[in-house]
Formats: sequence, structure tokens, C-alpha cells
Amino acid sequence: MAFKHTYFYSVFWQRLKCNRLAMVGGWVVALLFVVSLLAPLLAPYDPNGINAWRVLEPPSWQHWFGTDELGRDVLSRVLYGARISLKVGFVAVGIAVAIGTVVGLVSGYYSGIVDAGLMRVVDIMLCFPAFFLILAVITFLEPSIWYIMMVIGLTGWMGVARLVRAETLSIREMDYIMAARCIGCSNMRIIFRHILPNTVSPILVSATLGIAGAILTESALSFLGIGVQPPTPSWGNILTSGKDYIEFAWWLSLFPGLAILVTVLAYNLLGEGIRDALDPRVKG
Amino acid sequence: MATYLVKRILILIPLMFGITLITFSVIHLAPGEPVEMQVAMNPKVTKEARDRLRKFYGLDKPLHVQYLNWVGKLVRLDLGRSFSPDNRPVVDKIKERLPITLSLNIIALLLEFGLAVPIGILAATHRDTWLDKGITIFVFIGFAVPTFWLALLLMYFFGVKLNWLPISGLHSLGSDSFGLVHYLWDMAKHLLMPVLVASFGSLAGLSRYMRSSMLNVIGQDYITTARAKGLSERVVIYKHALRNALLPLITLFGFSIPGLIGGSVIFETIYAIPGMGQLFYQGVMSRDYPVVMGILVIGAMLTLIGNLIADVSYALADPRIRHG
Repeated sequence: MAFKHTYFYSVFWQRLKCNRLAMVGGWVVALLFVVSLLAPLLAPYDPNGINAWRVLEPPSWQHWFGTDELGRDVLSRVLYGARISLKVGFVAVGIAVAIGTVVGLVSGYYSGIVDAGLMRVVDIMLCFPAFFLILAVITFLEPSIWYIMMVIGLTGWMGVARLVRAETLSIREMDYIMAARCIGCSNMRIIFRHILPNTVSPILVSATLGIAGAILTESALSFLGIGVQPPTPSWGNILTSGKDYIEFAWWLSLFPGLAILVTVLAYNLLGEGIRDALDPRVKG
Repeated sequence: MATYLVKRILILIPLMFGITLITFSVIHLAPGEPVEMQVAMNPKVTKEARDRLRKFYGLDKPLHVQYLNWVGKLVRLDLGRSFSPDNRPVVDKIKERLPITLSLNIIALLLEFGLAVPIGILAATHRDTWLDKGITIFVFIGFAVPTFWLALLLMYFFGVKLNWLPISGLHSLGSDSFGLVHYLWDMAKHLLMPVLVASFGSLAGLSRYMRSSMLNVIGQDYITTARAKGLSERVVIYKHALRNALLPLITLFGFSIPGLIGGSVIFETIYAIPGMGQLFYQGVMSRDYPVVMGILVIGAMLTLIGNLIADVSYALADPRIRHG
């Protein structure tokens, strides 16, 4: 078993390495991790340091990305913003993947009425424009980053549930599951020890793509003023002032937007790359 | 076909029930009540006044009674009255704004499909050339661009810098006195940016989908047969392949509706368009429960209808489903 696993992952890794775009995405993601961790060291200024003498200054050697309406350094705020987006991406997707995986496994394994019921819930949840649902819930809660992550996660698990269910349905019929049942494994053990590990590939792909989606959603919420609250810098809420000062200060809109674009692009490229590397039909 | 249609419509009933249940619980299980929100700013409110308000909104009754009351009214298309100072029926408010959002989204959908289909065909027929690669890069960037940022950039370039397009609203001041042609031209100028922003997000995904659907069809045996017969490449692609490649796009049409409606919050807020998205945003910001619940239900129902239309048109287009 151990041998097989290492073989599987080394082939996967070989194929991923050959995909240049995916590797670029992967490096950018790694870079974002470093930036988030080292933000206090990398940022040239205090992200919340107000300077009334240097308000709305265009990019210069002192302030590469210019300054905002309170004289804060935009580069420092963008660097700190990476922390928020990273946190939101991972926690929200973690919640979504956890719920989706359990629902998908249970639904696919037990089938029958349990399956029908759970899948109807999925259908109903998918009817709601996701952004409406998120807005509706978030505004009734105290604005906090934890609620944002929870709500994005709680409204984003349906795709994972469908994927895992489909995978479980086919795995359930395999001989080794029959064998596990014959030697008296409990249902729980079969689901979590024998089926779950084999559904990891599709989960990995949709999690990577999901992080990109969660980052976009968080930035849109913060932009509308119901996400991360100032003065905590997030790419979305820097863009809010970008909108207010769009006639005088293009740099306030350009740089945080580019940060979102590059980040989301990187996760998407990596996710697609992982999908291709795991798919035996695509030539590596 | 008739049985298919009946079956398809019967499925809607439990789904609609589920939609009302989720809408109701989302709003009522969240901590805090509308009354709390209304009195929180005013420390002078007595307990009696608070109870009176709760009674007025029916919040003193048990949850299941509240739910049944709400659904009972909903069936008669009564969504209650808005909590905002004008206190108008929510149905009227939505009626004013729904046509604006719907027509904007339909124009955006047409633009999206109108562009995505040729782009997808081009990419598929020029597979692995620089053209295909260029389109792929465009698609990936399209996936990653935040719509509100795109809206800001367009606003900056075409509205502020070049001053070509108006940056907010649907009409210019005094547009009532314009002649018809001028009036329509004025509205078209106002709509151009919102429509572009609304369609851009899904354009990328749609053209990607069209490409793979086309590639899939081109690989089929009957395309090889058509080529072997000596048909020109044009006829093979546009007559034999295209029709089949378009089929899966019908389903995608249904799927794209919730995204479009949800996205309208963003561009309607940015471009100050008095549509449903803006109403929802205002409702959410002022914690106007009836408006929020009403729009949630209507938004989900629109999705259901869109999916129904997509499924029925698919059945009409594909005999395998109709008779299966």
C-alpha cells in the first residue's frame, strides 16, 4: 500500500512539474504564504500609520503604491491584506470541504432516502443566488472576519458534496469495499478509512479552485462595506476608498485589484494543473 | 413530452417549499431580531414599546406560526410591508425594480452567448495554436478579475478620464424631455458599462465550455464521416458539429441565472442602477426583513424558472431526453 501511494504521488508530481502555468501558479501561492507570514518585516510602513501631511500621494520612491486618503502607505496595506485573503480562503474552504465531504460520503454510501433527502437540500441551496444568501446572513451578524469565513463556507459546500457523492457511488461497488464488509468493518470505518482516501483527488481540485472563489467573495463583501471592517486592511476595503477617490487617485484602485487578480489567477492555474495531473486521460 | 413536462413541474413543489423554509430560517435563526435593530440606537425605548413593536410585526408568536403566516401570505403574493419609512408593500417595490434587473441581465446573457460561442469555436478549430493559447490566457484572466474592480476601472477610463460614458444611473438629468431616439441613445450609453461588467465574468467560463464541447464533438465518428464524404471544413464545423456542440450550453444557461442575479448587487450598487440588487443591498443595510426575505425567495424562484426553461428547451432540442 505504502509503495503504491508513493508511486501515485511521484507520478502526480512529475506531471504537475511539466505544467509550466501550474508551476507559476504554485510559486505565486507559495510567495503569498511568505508575504503573509513576513508582512511585518516586508511592509515599509505601519499599515495603519496615519500621516496627515502625505494624503493621497501618487506612487513615488518613498511610497511605491502611493498613499490613501489618510496618508497610509498603500503598499503596506496591500501586503497586510494578503493575510486576510489567505486566512479567509483557507478557513472558508476548509469549512465547505468538511461539510461537503461528509454530506457526499454519507449520501453516496447509504443511498436511498438519506441520499434523496440530502441531495434535495443541495438542490435547494443551489437555487439561491449565493451572493444574496451570504449578504442576507452576514448583515444580521456582528461584522467579523470569523463570521465571514463561516458564512462563505456554509454557502459553498454543495459542489463538493455532489463531487464526493458521485465518487463514492462508484467506489462503493468496488471489490475491496465488499472485502472490508466481509471482514466485519463498521460502516464508519469503511466510509472514513476505505472510501474517503480515494476521494481526495477531486476534493483537492475543488478546494484549490474554491479558495480562489472565497477570496473573490470576501473582497466583494469588504468592498461593499460588510466584510472586513476598516482599519484592518483587506484588498476589498482598500478598493472601497479607491472608489470614493477614483477621480483623484487611480493607484488606490489599481494595486489592490491587481493583488486580487494575481492571487485568484494563481490558485486557478494551480487548481487546473492539479486536475490535469490527476486525470489519466490528459497527456502529461 | 407532456409527461416529461408534468414530472418536471411536480419536482418544483418540494423545491419551492424548501426555498421558503431556508429563507425563513436563515433570517430568523440569526441572532438579533428586527425590533432589536430598530431600538438598539435608541436607549429610551421602554420594554412596553418593544413588546408593542414585536406584536405589531407578529414576532411574539412561536416560530412555526410565524412561518405558516408568512408562507400563507406568500402564496397570495403578499410579501408584507417594508420596514423602511415609506412602509410600502414589498411586492410593489420589487415590481418596480425587477424589470430593470431582468432586462439588464437578459441583454448581458445575449451578449455573453453571442461572444462566447464564436470565441469557443475559434479556440476549438485552432486548437493548440497561438490563437487558442491567447484565448486560454484571456479566459483565465477573465475568471480571476473581480467584477467590482473591472467596474471601477471602466468607470475610471470611460467615465472619468475619457468622459465618453455616464458613470451612474439609467438616464441623464432631464431625459424626459428628449425625443425617443435621443432617449434610447441616452439609456444605451448608461447601460453599456453595466452590461459589459455583468457579462464579462461568465464570458470566460462559457467560452471555455464551448471550446471543450466543440472539441468533444469534433472527435466523434460522424464528424470523421462527414469529412470523409469530402464536405468542406466550413460545412462540417457549422452544420454538423456546431448544433451538437451547442446542446450542453442550454443547461449552462440555467446555471448562469443565480450568478447573474447575485452579481447584480455589485454592479447596480456601483453604477447606481435602481434594480433588484440595489434594493436588496439597501434592504440588507437597513435590516429590512420583509424586503430581504422577499428578494431571496424571488431570486431563488427565478433560478428555478430559469432551470425549468433550460431543461424544457434541452428536451425540445434533444430527442433522447424527450423520449427517454
